[in-house]
Amino acid sequence: MSAIVILCVACGKEHGMKGEPSSGPTVNAKLVSIANAATLPSAIVIPNDQADDGQWTRPAKDYASTRYSKLAQINAANVGALRVAFTFSLGVNRGQEAAPLVVNNTMYVVTSYPNFVYALDLTKPGAPAKWTFKPAPMAAAQGVACCDVVNRGVVFADGKIILNTLDGETIAVDANTGKSVWRTQVTNINLGESLTMAPLVVKNKVYVGVSGSEFGIRGRLTALNLSNGAVVWRAFHTGPDSDVLIGSRFKPYYPAERGTDLGVKTWPGDAWKIGGGGVCGWISYDPSLNLIYYGTANPGPWNADQRPGDNKWTAGIFARDADTGEAVWFVSTSPHDLFDYDSVNELVLLDIPIGGQLRKVLVRPERNGFLYVIDRQTGQILSADAFGPITSYTGFDLKAGRPIPNPAKHPGTGKIVREICPAAPGMKDWQPSAFSPRTGFLYIPHQLLCMDEENVEANYIAGTPYVGMTAKMYAAPQEGGYRGEFLAWDIVNRRPAWQIEEDLPVWSGALVTAGDVAFYGTMEGWFKAVDARSGKLLWQFKCGSGIIGQPTTYRGPDGKQYVAVLAGVGGWAGAIVAGGLDARDSSAALGFVNAVKDLPDKTTKGGILYVFALP
Amino acid sequence: MYSHFRSIALAAMTLWLAQSDVVTPISGQTSSVLTPADAPLRVCADPNNLPFSNDRGQGFENRIAELVARDLHKKLEYTWWAQRRGFVRNTLKAGSCDVIVGVPTGLGMVLPTVPYYRSTYVFVTRQDRRINVRSFDDPILRRLRIGVQLIGDDGTNSPPAHALSNRGIISNVKGYTVYGDYAEESPPSRIIDAVARGEVDVAIAWGPMAGYWAKRSPVALKLAGVQPQIDLPFLPFVFDIGMGVRRGDTTFRASLQSVLTRRRADIQRILSEYGVPQIEPYAPAENSTS
Repeated sequence: MSAIVILCVACGKEHGMKGEPSSGPTVNAKLVSIANAATLPSAIVIPNDQADDGQWTRPAKDYASTRYSKLAQINAANVGALRVAFTFSLGVNRGQEAAPLVVNNTMYVVTSYPNFVYALDLTKPGAPAKWTFKPAPMAAAQGVACCDVVNRGVVFADGKIILNTLDGETIAVDANTGKSVWRTQVTNINLGESLTMAPLVVKNKVYVGVSGSEFGIRGRLTALNLSNGAVVWRAFHTGPDSDVLIGSRFKPYYPAERGTDLGVKTWPGDAWKIGGGGVCGWISYDPSLNLIYYGTANPGPWNADQRPGDNKWTAGIFARDADTGEAVWFVSTSPHDLFDYDSVNELVLLDIPIGGQLRKVLVRPERNGFLYVIDRQTGQILSADAFGPITSYTGFDLKAGRPIPNPAKHPGTGKIVREICPAAPGMKDWQPSAFSPRTGFLYIPHQLLCMDEENVEANYIAGTPYVGMTAKMYAAPQEGGYRGEFLAWDIVNRRPAWQIEEDLPVWSGALVTAGDVAFYGTMEGWFKAVDARSGKLLWQFKCGSGIIGQPTTYRGPDGKQYVAVLAGVGGWAGAIVAGGLDARDSSAALGFVNAVKDLPDKTTKGGILYVFALP
Repeated sequence: MYSHFRSIALAAMTLWLAQSDVVTPISGQTSSVLTPADAPLRVCADPNNLPFSNDRGQGFENRIAELVARDLHKKLEYTWWAQRRGFVRNTLKAGSCDVIVGVPTGLGMVLPTVPYYRSTYVFVTRQDRRINVRSFDDPILRRLRIGVQLIGDDGTNSPPAHALSNRGIISNVKGYTVYGDYAEESPPSRIIDAVARGEVDVAIAWGPMAGYWAKRSPVALKLAGVQPQIDLPFLPFVFDIGMGVRRGDTTFRASLQSVLTRRRADIQRILSEYGVPQIEPYAPAENSTS
């Protein structure tokens, strides 16, 4: 066992390795600790904060991606009385990752493949369906989806529901009638591209990514015209600057990101043409800076030794002009990624007190295990703290703005590498966190898994046999055997406020409200409400299938507050149940099956909307 | 696991090893079906991957499937699915078909039959270029433009891609995804076109695919099996190919194996018609079934 592992065992709950060595700009130490008395609001401000109309029009709730609701009818004192108001069967039994939206007293729900959209009339008892939209995606799309056939949600804008389908179409559906207004083919399944992310709409643009970095795609973000679906621009994540939309406005903070055509030069030969770097996660928007922020997925499909270099612009965070797509800065979170640490997680935009003034930052609980606080104007990393046990890196170099690789964990052909932490899904994957300005805490649903790269297995793709190293994931040994955690992270004090241990990975999104209640679901199917200040369990309800969806809350036509969530286990973590994978095949779902072998004993497939309210 | 490692190694290195040592059927599996005599032979296959199979029945696996169906007096039916990640899960394991005609016998997801051929990765060059390359250790590989195929899995790739990077041969390597563009005919074959067109000097590709497309190339191409056959510590370029059935379907496997034995000569004729490069197995003579 290496010294690194011992270090992490020792740090245990303290989640050590706080950005050391912090030889660089010592902004680290300047984060001012604010007295955070139990009932006072935190000193953190949500930018562009607006009155809460009681609706939920996009998965992340606001452009800052806080998933925070100002509704407070349901609070820590009364949440224990929460009960089911109505349910709705989705008719699809694969992993349900989407967020139920509520607009104009109508709830909009999108399912995993085949991507049905239901509009439910909240003004009528039992919320019957007003219409159902069936986009009929190509069945072959299931064969290119890497990690279950999920959909991460639809968005409402301009009277339309904007939907991404697994086979790569973006579709605008009239929110009143359920008729399609326009359809645009954005990605191509014949090239291994799929589409699972939720689009974001800013002004008259719809931003759409692409999934499939495992298949040799060329990642990009596409902006469509909200009115007619026409492609306005494409920003690629590999290749020459002109394709990446890098020009005179590009001012990355770190020298390693500066230079001409790095999207070509940081790859051998023309490997950049199939270099991956998709967008399967989240996009945030700052109206005052007019910048969008999003992350790029892993490089591919080379084994890492065959692609020396940083492999730009994969596995990092872009800031771009919302109108033109021009790149403004880039931060590389996992340069020359070895472990599938896609940089696709959510980016929570906050204004936080540093050195006596509010600083515009974005907070990113990153797949690689570090919680980044980044100046969202400049791309400077202000702090990067481990929020779980990390062995793949030995620390964080703030001066260079990147984690310090651990050569002992470098995978290679025929080489057995044990205890790589976090495992390939990272310390946290797509499942979005929530932030409450009342507590100053970021509520992070995540997993605590490590992996061994050890199995040598024959495989066969398109008539081509090969033997490869395969990953086997398991509970992080540093954490006493539990595989997931719901963590409240104190942003200002840069430490965990509290955490709730969960047996299985916490693969659902989080929701937090002004009633000081945080909600999340477990893969066993428990939907939980906890005290946002203390983490105390206040209420729970056992749903019909494991929960990997994003809970939302809204004010109904009757003036009451409701909480909605989809149950339906699946996703990468739940593929063993949703995809019927073989529990004996430890490398199935890229090694995830080994970590959740017991899941089939704990839940079964499903697809159900649950909506809760007080009596 | 060491034991797993060893079992795969044995499967790759010895031909007629009893497969029951490698994959043990688990009791309690429900898939052990006794196929009724009038039930069709249900084959899982890729509709667009010559020379192996296509939905027009033009591949050698189509031909072998027809042969087996005839021998067993069964009607032949196909379930078509692109042979990508999820192929086994969505076809064989979903129960919509019962046999995959070609799988490496070390594939853990299925119960394999004994192999019916052994092939190798090959160097593919143009005849007129007179390039003689046989080994990954040939210094000429540092000067040539080399095409290799890439698989998608993180950390895993086609064996030649690993062999080259292990030797530091990187900047002169061009990658072709094995998936290719599925809207085109037989997408993995683009790498062979690339040699013919002079886009690369040498391609390193799986023998059956290379052999078939080389025969149809407008310019004469040359194939040579790669050396070594297994790169240390364990990177094989030679694979035994058999049929794959569901784990637990031992009776069905036995009937397929008897066809493979009975029709060995016919199968060999089909393979040679399609230009599948075969190499002699290392096996004690008394174990040979020929």
